Amino acid sequence: MILGMPILSVVIWLPILAGLAVLATGGDRNANMARMIALVGSILGFLVAIPLYTQFNPSTAGMQFTEMVPWVERFHVNYHLGLDGISLWLVLLNCFTTPLVVIAGWKVIENKVAQYMAAFLIMSGIVNGVFMALDALLFYVFWEAMLIPMFIIIGVWGGPNRVYAAIKFFLYTLLGSLLMLVALIYLYNKSGSFNILDYYRLPIGITAQIFIFIAFFLAFAVKVPMWPVHTWLPDAHVEAPTGGSVVLAAIMLKVGAYGFLRFSLPIAPDASHALSGFMITLSLIAVIYIGLVALVQTDMKKLIAYSSISHMGFVTLGIFIFNSIGTEGAIVQMISHGLVSGAMFLCVGVLYDRMHSRKISDYGGVANKMPMFAAFFMLFAMANSGLPGTSGFAGEFMVILGAMKANFWLAFGAATTLVFGAAYTLWMFKRVIFGAIANSHVAELADISGREFLFLAILAIGVLGMGLYPLPVSELMHASVSDLLAHVAHSKL
Amino acid sequence: MTDMQKLYLLVPMAPLFGAVITGLFGRKIGRTASHSITILGVAVAFLCSILIFQDVMAGHNFNGAVYTWLTSGDVRFEIGFLIDRLTVLMMLVVTFVSLMVHIYTIGYMQDDDGYQRFFSYISLFTFSMLMLVMSNNFLQLFFGWEAVGLVSYLLIGFWYTRPTAIYANLKAFLVNRVGDFGFLLGIGLIMAHFGTLDYESVFAKAPSMTMDTIEIIPGSQWLLMTAICIFLFIGAMGKSAQFPLHVWLPDSMEGPTPISALIHAATMVTAGLFMVARMSPLYELSETALSVILVIGSITALFMAFLGMVQNDIKRVIAYSTLSQLGYMTTALGASAYAGAIFHLMTHAFFKALLFLAAGSVIIAMHHEQDMRKMGGLRKYMPITYWCVVVGSVALCGIPPFSGFFSKDMIIDAVRDCQLPGAGFAYFAVVTSAFVTAFYSFRLLFMTFHGKPRMDHHTESHLHESPWTVTLPLILLAIPSMLAGWLYIKPLLFGDYFGSAIVVSEVHDVLGHLKEEYHSASSLDIVLHNLLTLPMILSLLGILTAWFLYMVRTDLPAKIAERFGFIYKLLENKYYCDEFNDFFFAGGARKIGNFLWSKGDVRVIDGFFVNGAARVVAGFSRLMRELQSGYVYHYAFAMIFGLFVLLSISGVLNAWFVKP
Repeated sequence: MILGMPILSVVIWLPILAGLAVLATGGDRNANMARMIALVGSILGFLVAIPLYTQFNPSTAGMQFTEMVPWVERFHVNYHLGLDGISLWLVLLNCFTTPLVVIAGWKVIENKVAQYMAAFLIMSGIVNGVFMALDALLFYVFWEAMLIPMFIIIGVWGGPNRVYAAIKFFLYTLLGSLLMLVALIYLYNKSGSFNILDYYRLPIGITAQIFIFIAFFLAFAVKVPMWPVHTWLPDAHVEAPTGGSVVLAAIMLKVGAYGFLRFSLPIAPDASHALSGFMITLSLIAVIYIGLVALVQTDMKKLIAYSSISHMGFVTLGIFIFNSIGTEGAIVQMISHGLVSGAMFLCVGVLYDRMHSRKISDYGGVANKMPMFAAFFMLFAMANSGLPGTSGFAGEFMVILGAMKANFWLAFGAATTLVFGAAYTLWMFKRVIFGAIANSHVAELADISGREFLFLAILAIGVLGMGLYPLPVSELMHASVSDLLAHVAHSKL
Repeated sequence: MTDMQKLYLLVPMAPLFGAVITGLFGRKIGRTASHSITILGVAVAFLCSILIFQDVMAGHNFNGAVYTWLTSGDVRFEIGFLIDRLTVLMMLVVTFVSLMVHIYTIGYMQDDDGYQRFFSYISLFTFSMLMLVMSNNFLQLFFGWEAVGLVSYLLIGFWYTRPTAIYANLKAFLVNRVGDFGFLLGIGLIMAHFGTLDYESVFAKAPSMTMDTIEIIPGSQWLLMTAICIFLFIGAMGKSAQFPLHVWLPDSMEGPTPISALIHAATMVTAGLFMVARMSPLYELSETALSVILVIGSITALFMAFLGMVQNDIKRVIAYSTLSQLGYMTTALGASAYAGAIFHLMTHAFFKALLFLAAGSVIIAMHHEQDMRKMGGLRKYMPITYWCVVVGSVALCGIPPFSGFFSKDMIIDAVRDCQLPGAGFAYFAVVTSAFVTAFYSFRLLFMTFHGKPRMDHHTESHLHESPWTVTLPLILLAIPSMLAGWLYIKPLLFGDYFGSAIVVSEVHDVLGHLKEEYHSASSLDIVLHNLLTLPMILSLLGILTAWFLYMVRTDLPAKIAERFGFIYKLLENKYYCDEFNDFFFAGGARKIGNFLWSKGDVRVIDGFFVNGAARVVAGFSRLMRELQSGYVYHYAFAMIFGLFVLLSISGVLNAWFVKP
């Protein structure tokens, strides 16, 4: 509660209500009004989230700003919200991204504008709900609800192959999460409660833990996505409109990793330990295998999609080495990836809006016509390659240090990204941006507009700020992370 | 914060300020303002470095944090400065050469559209390099390390419409990343075993960990120190272009010439050597690592020098010379003659920057022609440039009393006294290289400035000396190229200049022996003592050979090339390193990537599992649909048939399980 307001509820419902208001503007005759309401709503959504940061108490690992209202009393289901040092950053990232997406879609989307904007605002609120829910059923509702706006975004405003991509995305993630529901019901039967925090203390035998872990794994691994359940992502990204790709990469992928931190590790600590080798192997496959796959992509969006998977491999690696620098590195990497991959997709969007092509071979020499854009793209490409001084470095560095503590070869495998990450990012950059003007379409390109400058500059500040001074980010998560690691270290057998 | 601390901060911040202002507002403020502001920034850094130098000489070292970058668990990662005699020497070299290059750029880049961008980049480079040398911890070292790599990338690809330039910059970045991969693992090992990245704490703890081992390959125990030192050195191999990670440096000559001088000769490429010298307290604990350095360094020194003999591009000759000289410095590090390496680093920075800038002066006069076969006889048109090249070449060949003589001779002497495995080969390499170095340096001088002019008439009619912004830095660099050795050998090598900044253990102290030998000698005595030693004679022979082949019997080189066709081809193709890397690493990675993608992702995961599952469902439902035909007799038949089957099964089951 801040100033007598249930702040978490505001953060969830304000964007959703704003989204409904946008919907109420109706057809494309009122498109400008829809845009304005969406912009104001998304900015307000970010502003109301700022007190979460300023009022956050970093000295406690407990849930803060909690709210609890009975929802379905017969089954002890509560509308129970709370925030800790782990979810705080993800909520902020989400609220930060939404206005950028609205601005990015400002001119580009001309068809069903209100519906487009509303989908993103509603999505933003729902995702906040996922990060804040402390009731398992409430979490599940938000979790599944999140699919609907994204399904619509890809299916309606997507590219030519959007139906295949949207259905693949929907089925993949839905199938993944069904077993999670089974696990949650099992936990409810065992504990008589849907309170997630109660599950942390619930003693569970190793067999049950393994089953629970696997059930959660399927749900979360699909979302992250981990190899080999990643193949929905490149398709979804390629077909999604720019804004959809940004939210998908910056926010949606994080809910999977967040799930591991919130559910798998503390609820099934022994299973987590038992299966950590498996998880680490999958993570390293993501880093190396996907890094090599990214190298040979000919479609810019597909390349960045694969690069996303590879970077998310760092997140899952950091989570499953169970030391504080690794876990914090994983969270830092999540935030950084949100900024960097979001920015990369926006950059591709800027090009796509002009050329209507994502093929690398259609470009060449863009720097000649769009020097300012080239400078921004260079910064984000370097961040994507993990250059120190950008946010991309901080997370990867921490995870590599954490991995080295666990085992030399883990660090060795993870550090290959230094070469592969730079290779696929900069090789693409070279072919698109550098060189002589490749064709007459490139010759007609105009440099970025004020609107495009705005969102790229905001992200650039974020990427550089977090790279040069990540302390404020890491500081607020110490207590929560060490509490989480204490849970993981404590056997339930 | 004390006044001195403010001064420390000002040194990197002044160039950064210039870089940011010209980078963001270069177009608005115009050319003059852009170069003024960046030159002012670097000049401030240089002057502050002088003040800091005086302060350090008065005995005031500094080691402290500027701000905390990150905390995690009980580890603090900080950004901070370590100011001691080693640091301040590097600061002086970096800011001085950078200042010269800034001034030179006004003349060299005057016709270029990217004028402001260029100044922004070189100032950013100066900032990064200063952060690297002033660091007091491995994190910031890595920051600076990668930041100079970034600027190098930007500058090699400065003319980004040229295919060769953007090929070269990508190659440079990736090869450096291979080195950084090792470097980062080294840093990771330090973090994992020392629990800190702070130099001072690591150095303090290191002697108690000499016997610690780690098991990297199961079943074989490695000394922790050896592993750390070798991994860190892999980083140095990338940055300082040691074999086999040297391949990026010759190609980096695609960048504008001032960059070749500043980054790819005088400063950035010496970062690896500086790092090893800085880490001397660690390297002294591992003879294996020192041996590796010794051998890698001497391979680079010898084999890269050979390549310099057959190049026709004026900048590439100097580039291979740089590789070879970096090899000398590395060899010195391997022999534990850290001070010798840093001394040669310094003299080399002066005379190599001089040679590059002079080559640049030739290149502008020749309208961007770099092929020496199309030059000749330039002496009379460009006297200042000519004499500067003479000074640079003589210094490079190690002819007394020029600077290179002192630094190179001391390295050769140190390697001679070295007892580590590989020292014999290293000695052979550095002595032989002396001949080769003299040969290619004077081959360059004769081909470019002497003999008959071979350029076309139009170019010849336009030949003239470069403007003062170009020649002034040349002259200012020629002075230390002549004198630095004579003046500084005593304090740097035989005095106690470095004090505690460089640690050498008793058993490896080759410079200590030389120190005893030259204890009371003056610079003149050192010259006289080494006047007719083997390396000196070989150098003179090299000059004579070059003179004979390129001035007297100019028909011979072609004949020799023909006679030894195989060797010539090998050298001309740079031992086929590029071909190997392109085929094996670049091609291999793409092949594996393609395989994983088309077979793994597309065919197996998506094709078989994902879409396969969808097809199974679709096929099954099609079957189901067919069954529901809507005809009553189909359903009646199915019911009867089903009943029959069920009854049969229960009958069989009864017969099998219940009855007996």
